[in-house]
Amino acid sequence: MTARFRGFLALVVAAIVSVPALGQPIRIGELNSYKTFPAFLEPYRKGMELAVEEINRAGGVLGRPLELVVRDDNGNPGDAVRVAEELLAREKAAVLMGTFSSAVGLAVADFARQRKAFFLAAEPLTDKIVWEDGNKYTFRLRPSTYMQTAMLVPDAVRLTKRRWAIVYPNYEYGTAATAAFKQLMIARQQSGIEFVEIAAPLGKIDAGPVVQALIDAKPDAIFSSLFAGDLAKFVREGELRGLFRDRPVLNLLAGEPEYLDPLKDEAPVGWYVTGYPWYAITTPEHKRFLDAYQAKFNDYPRQGSVVGYSAVKSVAAAIAKAKSTDPDKLVAAMQGLGVDTPFGKVIYRALDHQSTMGAFVGRLAVKDGKGVMVDWKYANGADYLPSDDWVRAHRPKE
Amino acid sequence: MTLPALLIQLVNGLASASSLFLLAAGLTLIFGVSRIVNFAHGSLYMLGAYIGYSAVAHFGATIAGYWLAILAAALATGLIGASIEILLLRRIYRAPELLQLIATFGVVLIVEDIALALWGPEDLLGRRAPGLSGVIVFAGRVLPQYDALLMVVGPLVLLVLWWLIRRTRWGTMVRAASENRELTQALGIDQAWLFTGVFFLGAFLAGLAGALELPRESAHLGMDLAVIAEAFVVTVVGGLGSIPGAFVAAILIGLTRAVCIGLGSVELAGVVVALPRLTLVTEFVVMAIVLAVRPYGLLGSAPPTPATTAIPEHRTLVRAPGRASAVAVIVVFALAALLPLVGDEYDLVLATDVLVFALFAASLQLILGGGGLASFGHAAYFGLGAYAAALAAKHGAPMALAVALAPAAAMLAAFLFGWFCVRLSGIYLAMLTLAFAQIVWSIAFQWDSVTGGSNGLVGVWPPDWLAGKQTYFYLALAVALLALVLIAWLAQTPFGYALRAGRDSRLRAEASGIDVRSTQWRAFAAAGAFAGLAGGLYGFSKGSISPETLAIPRSVDALVMVLLGGLNAPAGPLVGSIAFIGLQDTLSRATEYWRAGLGVTILLLVLVFPMGIGGVVQRIAARLGR
Repeated sequence: MTARFRGFLALVVAAIVSVPALGQPIRIGELNSYKTFPAFLEPYRKGMELAVEEINRAGGVLGRPLELVVRDDNGNPGDAVRVAEELLAREKAAVLMGTFSSAVGLAVADFARQRKAFFLAAEPLTDKIVWEDGNKYTFRLRPSTYMQTAMLVPDAVRLTKRRWAIVYPNYEYGTAATAAFKQLMIARQQSGIEFVEIAAPLGKIDAGPVVQALIDAKPDAIFSSLFAGDLAKFVREGELRGLFRDRPVLNLLAGEPEYLDPLKDEAPVGWYVTGYPWYAITTPEHKRFLDAYQAKFNDYPRQGSVVGYSAVKSVAAAIAKAKSTDPDKLVAAMQGLGVDTPFGKVIYRALDHQSTMGAFVGRLAVKDGKGVMVDWKYANGADYLPSDDWVRAHRPKE
Repeated sequence: MTLPALLIQLVNGLASASSLFLLAAGLTLIFGVSRIVNFAHGSLYMLGAYIGYSAVAHFGATIAGYWLAILAAALATGLIGASIEILLLRRIYRAPELLQLIATFGVVLIVEDIALALWGPEDLLGRRAPGLSGVIVFAGRVLPQYDALLMVVGPLVLLVLWWLIRRTRWGTMVRAASENRELTQALGIDQAWLFTGVFFLGAFLAGLAGALELPRESAHLGMDLAVIAEAFVVTVVGGLGSIPGAFVAAILIGLTRAVCIGLGSVELAGVVVALPRLTLVTEFVVMAIVLAVRPYGLLGSAPPTPATTAIPEHRTLVRAPGRASAVAVIVVFALAALLPLVGDEYDLVLATDVLVFALFAASLQLILGGGGLASFGHAAYFGLGAYAAALAAKHGAPMALAVALAPAAAMLAAFLFGWFCVRLSGIYLAMLTLAFAQIVWSIAFQWDSVTGGSNGLVGVWPPDWLAGKQTYFYLALAVALLALVLIAWLAQTPFGYALRAGRDSRLRAEASGIDVRSTQWRAFAAAGAFAGLAGGLYGFSKGSISPETLAIPRSVDALVMVLLGGLNAPAGPLVGSIAFIGLQDTLSRATEYWRAGLGVTILLLVLVFPMGIGGVVQRIAARLGR
């Protein structure tokens, strides 16, 4: 018997033992743009798998094991709706979960409303999914673009800079971040603040000319919502051409391992970012998650891992509380539900179905040839939400 | 903006133009000789970057090691390109030209998944070029040394290529082959190896462009599609097959983009225009303007007009479908109508998709098969129809009116764009359709207040009595049946004959009194209307509409369906749509690497059925009927 075969047998036995004789599995219909945004979504998938394993080892939910049915939505809303249909009609999924981009998230949310199916939008950052286009059947886990921008604003205000340059990827997330930043800054800092904006096509920033244009605009500080490849190009060109010398920079998401790690020792020191310093968080709930994740995958978690893990835990908690997989009962159970995540307890607000999950805000540094976040603190999502009155005015009535 | 600021932006533009040129040079070289529209050129570029990353990570610490690694990456990419030519393209040179495009599209899908499997999902930021990681101070501003190097590399490659093509024996043979393949063959020149050589060189240049980009950008998945459209644009603006043309075009586009970013928001006649937002489509706007003024690009020349069509099947007479075909249509649709009895809800959703896309593909087949007008931007009409219907529905129009508006709006656009497009032919026409489609896409993508911007519009559902999957399927079935029969009928009218006459021999058609251009224009508008109708049905079946419906992949889907089904087979669009949607659905459920699976299947289909599945069926039917 070869070692590999023995290992395989051990796995099989473990699988049989770990899933005690339970009833019919409860299926989570998970759809996402795995092939379009793999850097985020592969760790996301691992996070989900870990959560499902933990839940099933503890006896499942309502005495039934959880089962993930995972589909690729091909990164476009039309295919996503088709896949969602398949998950409900053919796979008999009890809930829908997932999606990455705003367009796909919104389309699936509206589909959920139409089909009266429960949908947890795990990742989409668009503000609209819980506010302007919010609906009864849709909940959202991640802090939205507005919330994450608001988390950076206190640092921006403290800098007391007058002339801000804003650079953003030219699609909803970027324009929403830009609008939120301007609105919040004008509200918080009266003294003649001004903005210069440059949009760059998503994934195709022409970094040289953009950086040069920013230099020529002579800003006092920079707010950026670039990420992934665009961020790397921007950082390199900006460092080379001296754009960041004596200019503080704020960058949404840049502290997330998905986008920070590729920069290695070129991570821009001193930037104010939102992100996930997995290596430094010492809370017991995070340590437990980190150990389990590293033991299972022999890899460190990314932001996506936490989102995938917490999304599954949220759905499981909702089903347990509702004692049913009926969509309306799930919605009722989810409203005001508290869920334990690696970031601590989050609450799904009854008001707008947004969770209070937060993000870590800190500054970038380089340590041992790697980019890390330092001086960070956890910004609780609950503290960065728009006012209840604003939400009521903007969220459609049911 | 001050003069020195403008100057430095122009210099920045030159650096970008240089890498753009390297990318396009290989593409134009390959096209000039083999007439292959190589969709996989972007994939070769991406492979160059990834291989370069790995090579540089191992050997790139020293200056010599670094440049040897870059060169090795380019050579490796060249070899990959040559093997694609030998293993794949060589087998289908006799098939309709566009089939090669589909084959290369299959390669794109496969390479994407291979890169993911080999290099993982994370972006890979390579090391900077040793010795060139600093800056040059220039006119009071700084310029990265590496950008300066790129500015030299572009013209250098241009010179080398010029020497190779104009001054060597090999170049003479290449030029001969690109002017007259038959004659070259008759002179005893082994074309197969000549083509392989050209493919190697083209792929080498793509790999070089990718590897040279490493100090400026991380190697990442998605590089392929990010650059391919751009590369096509540069090639076409310069004039297909013209390497100096590609150089000039790359500079034109690089500079325009840099200036757009440099100028920032400017006030024109009281309206603030954010020029940087225009960078989403700069290259396509440039291309539309250039092609409107110079139909064969800046330095291209008109290809010789062949007396008759080059595609043998087109020389056979089209016979009116007889009673047997009518019976077949009735049987197929009657069987389809029984689907709700046997299938589950999801089968109905899939079947509705199949019908919508069959109609979309049929609209493309009308001009592509019947008129010989390749549209690479057919999604524009599909998407415009969808948007028109969605907007009407959002503003309270009943669904019947909204769906009726879809073909109307799409036809209007097709009339407008078609007027420009039918003035061109072949690949230039195809690229102009693409340019228009991209411009429409960028408007839909950015006009937040009307189109919902990148999010699109949600909440476009049919009224309750139609919302059931079964009812909606019957609606789609009825509409598709009517429209498909109408399209088949059009082909049998004098209009259809005139359209084919113009396709097969423009000169003879004109001589017999057919206004070819006007016929093509009307066909274009009709095709637009049918595509729009399909789009309208699509929007209501999904409940939402987003800019993706207008984007390049949607156009490619339609092309793949038409060619899989058969360019001229009446049942082609339906067969192609069933094959494509069925494959996508089955594979995406079966394996994580469904893209590669789809790519391999497309390649196999192309190799086994070069005339399309429908074409084979048609041939068998013809043989049986004889």
